[in-house]
Amino acid sequence: MTWTPDHPIVSIRDVEKSFGTLKVLKGISMDVMKGEVICIIGPSGSGKSTLIRCINALNDIQGGSITVEGQEVHDHKLDKLALRRKVGMVFQQYNLFPHKTALENIMMAPVKVLKEDKAKVAERARSLLKKVRLEGKEDSYPGELSGGQQQRVAIARSLAMNPDVMLFDEVTAALDPETVKEVLVTIKDLAAEGMTCILVTHEMGFAREVADHIYFTDKGVIVEHGPPTTFFDNAKDPRTKEFLSQIL
Amino acid sequence: MLDAFQDFFRAFAADHPAWNFVFFYEERQWGQVISGLWMTIKLSVVCVIFSVIIGIVGAAMQGSNSRVVRGIVNAYIQFFRNTPPFVQLLFFYFALGSFTPTYSPDGWLEIPIISNVGWAIISLSFFAGAFNVEIFRAGVEAVPESTQEASEALGFTRMQTFGYIVLPLALRVSIPSLNNNLVNLVKTTTQAFVIAVPELLYESITIWNDFPSAQNPMMLVLFVAYLSLVGILVMGMNSWERSMRIPGYGV
Repeated sequence: MTWTPDHPIVSIRDVEKSFGTLKVLKGISMDVMKGEVICIIGPSGSGKSTLIRCINALNDIQGGSITVEGQEVHDHKLDKLALRRKVGMVFQQYNLFPHKTALENIMMAPVKVLKEDKAKVAERARSLLKKVRLEGKEDSYPGELSGGQQQRVAIARSLAMNPDVMLFDEVTAALDPETVKEVLVTIKDLAAEGMTCILVTHEMGFAREVADHIYFTDKGVIVEHGPPTTFFDNAKDPRTKEFLSQIL
Repeated sequence: MLDAFQDFFRAFAADHPAWNFVFFYEERQWGQVISGLWMTIKLSVVCVIFSVIIGIVGAAMQGSNSRVVRGIVNAYIQFFRNTPPFVQLLFFYFALGSFTPTYSPDGWLEIPIISNVGWAIISLSFFAGAFNVEIFRAGVEAVPESTQEASEALGFTRMQTFGYIVLPLALRVSIPSLNNNLVNLVKTTTQAFVIAVPELLYESITIWNDFPSAQNPMMLVLFVAYLSLVGILVMGMNSWERSMRIPGYGV
């Protein structure tokens, strides 16, 4: 079956995942349409990060299925490169390559993995740096950049692969409150351009403002989900209410 | 000028019977010192290069998913690290050497395709390589899992991740220990003496067997030669380390 944009770009069905005997995901399902922004919130250890790591096959799953553009992710015959071209990921700890400059970090994957022309990639990398508001930092090494700047380089690095879906795994959790904003603005710009984004986040204000749909997970299941206004103002499940009352 | 130099050491040897710098006035012994030194340099350079390659390949194989591959690497390390290099040289040359094919250029002589120099290179490279695998592995383990994950998420294969990200970072961590091991390797080339590789120690002993009065000067030559060779190696390694320093990075 070839995928068309009227079907979910990411479809998660009854996904189960265990680390040894510890069951982390106990039957999670969600659909994400192209251009949607999804925020997954919930207490630590509820399986949020594990879930989005399963979407680009950094983690394997024991049950259920995940498809991206109609293609099963956890298929042994899956071409992981093809998947990872479609799905970009940004991590909590930035994970830039410390021995490469900002520009080189962005250029590396398109040049080495996609074998694209170096000069063209350099041009694209520069415009991506401009887009994340880091003009003039081309030749800085990650160690010379602040956390927020590093994270924006990491976002640009992911975008350089021209992904269809972006995954953000608590990307502001390691930042101080001032730099959180600069990263969130970058993500907001992306969302406004129509990029499909799946975020795990603790930034409730941001989720409310940007998300099309919010999922609340606890103990490996989705407790409640809905559009932000319904979710934040009219939460029904007692567990959700308790969580929200402690945060807001 | 040269004559005066030679005459001086000839007279010096006559006055000081224990300090016969024979190689300074006899052309033949001078040639032996130079060819011995050259062989030592060749052995050192070639073994350093091969042992580093073995170390890198071994460390990459240790990261393999296959238990068999990891087992082979570990067995290799145990064998070469835990037995004396002296014995290894003997084993390679006499035991394995007797099984290698020979060729005959004139129908009379039988020349093995791997010479004693060849066996010395193989044996010493594998010996130092075993330590290098462990050294690089320590470096590889110092690279955060999350950095490799980021590389995987960008579509790099395992090999690409190792080559472009893990290895360059691991190298920087490994250089100080690598330094030590390569210094040891240069010194261990003297043991190729046991399979008659005409390196500096071999030539020195040949000279003092012919001229017992030259024993002290030859020892002096040995010390000066190894101090200089190791000095050059360490200087090279240090400038390499400096050139790889990353601004703002801890290692």
